[in-house]
Amino acid sequence: MNETKNVIMVGVGGQGIILASELLSEAALLAGYDVRKSEVHGMAQRGGSVSSHVRFGEKVLSPLIELGQADIMLAFEKVESLRACEYLKRGATIIMNNLEIIPTTVSLGAGSYPSDVPGCLRELGFTVILVDAQNKAKEAGTSKAANVVLLASLASLLEIDKEIWMEVIRRRVPKKFLDINISAFNLGYDSLKA
Amino acid sequence: MSAAKSEFNLHFNSIRLVYNHLQREYMGISRKLMTGDEAIARGAWEAGVKVAAAYPGTPATEILENLARYDEIYAEWSPNEKVAVEVAGNAAIAGVRAIASMKHVGLNVAADPLMTLSYTGIGRGFVIVSADDPGMHSSQNEQDNRYYAQFAKIPMLEPANSQEALEMVRDAFTLSEEYDTPVLIRVTTRVCHGKSPVTPGERIEQETKAFSRNTAKYVMIPGHARKRHVVVEERTLRLRELSEKSPYNRIIKGTGETGIITSGVASQYAMEVAPEADFLLLGMTNPIPSELIRKFAATVRKVYIIEELEPYLEDQIRALGIECIGKKVFPRCGELSPEIIRRGLTGKTPETVAIPKDIPIPARPPVLCPGCPHRGFFHIINKNKLFVTGDIGCYTLSVLPPLTSMDTCICMGASITGAIGFSKAFRDQPGKKAVAVLGDSTFLHSGLTGLMDTVYNKANVVTCVLDNRTTAMTGHQEHPGTGFTVKGEPTYSVKIADVARALGIQHIYEVDPYNLAETDAAVKSSLALDVPAVIVAKRACALKCKNVDFALSVVDQDQCKKCNACLKIGCPAIVKKGDVIMVDKGMCYGCGICRQVCPFGALIAVE
Repeated sequence: MNETKNVIMVGVGGQGIILASELLSEAALLAGYDVRKSEVHGMAQRGGSVSSHVRFGEKVLSPLIELGQADIMLAFEKVESLRACEYLKRGATIIMNNLEIIPTTVSLGAGSYPSDVPGCLRELGFTVILVDAQNKAKEAGTSKAANVVLLASLASLLEIDKEIWMEVIRRRVPKKFLDINISAFNLGYDSLKA
Repeated sequence: MSAAKSEFNLHFNSIRLVYNHLQREYMGISRKLMTGDEAIARGAWEAGVKVAAAYPGTPATEILENLARYDEIYAEWSPNEKVAVEVAGNAAIAGVRAIASMKHVGLNVAADPLMTLSYTGIGRGFVIVSADDPGMHSSQNEQDNRYYAQFAKIPMLEPANSQEALEMVRDAFTLSEEYDTPVLIRVTTRVCHGKSPVTPGERIEQETKAFSRNTAKYVMIPGHARKRHVVVEERTLRLRELSEKSPYNRIIKGTGETGIITSGVASQYAMEVAPEADFLLLGMTNPIPSELIRKFAATVRKVYIIEELEPYLEDQIRALGIECIGKKVFPRCGELSPEIIRRGLTGKTPETVAIPKDIPIPARPPVLCPGCPHRGFFHIINKNKLFVTGDIGCYTLSVLPPLTSMDTCICMGASITGAIGFSKAFRDQPGKKAVAVLGDSTFLHSGLTGLMDTVYNKANVVTCVLDNRTTAMTGHQEHPGTGFTVKGEPTYSVKIADVARALGIQHIYEVDPYNLAETDAAVKSSLALDVPAVIVAKRACALKCKNVDFALSVVDQDQCKKCNACLKIGCPAIVKKGDVIMVDKGMCYGCGICRQVCPFGALIAVE
């Protein structure tokens, strides 16, 4: 891999995006790549829109992805993929959690939630892969592991060995949640590989 | 693949990874991913730091959190940044290496000791970290703290990534000791919260320097300070020479066409956007290396200055008589990014795919969490239609719809003093009253003097302390009221009601903000007074106190009259889909506030 890979993760504060982007960065480092990652902690985490940029390759400097340069988007929530769309390359791949979290602004009538987000993005030329992460995570033991299911779907598209991912999960996830997270990872990984 | 074979493969690969890791370690290239904040803490530890102090503030909070994990370092959450700089600065005078870290606006609070510690100098190395927030991801302004280094006449280093953060902080202690000065490390959000590989080193213990009385240096009466000012000016001349030869100021040759002078994270963007350009990377930015800049400018056709926020470098470089392009093409407001730099250098905008205008993208601002104890309090404030002088914390989010219950928010502690200002301005308008609202950590940071002023100067102000038992917004740090230190040791817990009583407040109400009737009664009764009063709304942050067995809420659809009263408390767990209002079971915390606001009893508790 000569070119830098740019991955953007988007979603809502509290969905476990920071952990997912940590695991991706660690996996890329362990695979021998140079890595940069950026996100914002603090106020945005209180249920607001969040995003994390991860870049890896032979030599990387900027922690931010330039607009129009992201290869893959991992969207933890549907409408958040639209918000960050300008970061994507033409024809990029979007892995999308089949989940809608209605913002309070919509409940109050100060906006509406779009009806067919995947369809809209497909029409714009993107490849959209819908993942039922909440249910898959429940299958593994808890819907809280949805972030790991999504990460695994992303992992199945990247040139990083599965064993490296396993090693990273073993290092980062507390022992009592390890089994659930490993089975969540396998469910997400295998469904896309197949 | 058989299970046994798969297990073997997994096992084999683990061995291979461990082998690779050991090999890298053997070759001395064991790299770890670290945020800038982690790397700063690591650099300080490696430099043998013994004392560290800070007040939490995004994006600097994690520096002290990481420092506190090292057993060799005494670390404290100070009540505010002035305390932190005085504690750490005096530890350095007393003979050990010390560090104080804070967000940019925190240095305003600590500016008083900073300006004079520059005169006294130090005994052992003293480093101050200012974490600026261009783009104001979590701040009330985007002031450029590089000017503080100039103002205080102290050297400044600006790391661009985590590796530099570690090295510069480590080396800053030597610099501090060689030049007898505090050193400012200036970082920004993208450096603090960005992660990049770091090769950590080992800790080198430093001997404590015996303190001996030296009043001419450390007691700043005018007669002594006049002499110290001369020392400071001489030091600045020597620092100028150092900057010329500092390894942190370096040239990278390009084609000789475009020359870019840059520093901090902006350099990382610029080097990717313009790989063919000549670069002068500045890591030591006070004082700037004038001769090196002149030399560099002479070798290129055009000079660009790429820096976030103010034209700090640009103005100084222009003063050298060098023609350059800076804020004319790169914005002063907000943070920089690769595309902004590309546009400034080439005029080109990157090609992006736009979402058709008819597709709605609803706004998703940050909100008070489900179960947040502030929600009930602001509901009552709204009901009573009050002027509210606010403060810095999660509760500032109540300014957004639907709560919309704040009139001012300026800086830490300004709620109480703000309400005094309002009350004095309102003194010819009977019936008009301002209410100050602030959190427990903010009250202990800088609310005490204001509260004292309400009593001393007879300000008819109601001060409401929303005591959620933590510093919530920055990620739940301990403070003098929580009963624990940053290292988790139990300690005395300051009681806010006791403090208020000691300052002379005679009317103190302690309420549970989950109980709306009780809260409303306290607000009404305090408003009826013509002397200052304090309401302490006590309830632990819902994110910190998860193990509760409260009954969750559910909407009885037969009773719901769609009046939207429950939506007006802005709880993310209450969702309206089409015409139907319901409670998201996964999100509901069980605080019961919605059940108290529903006029039709449609929100009911489920066991």
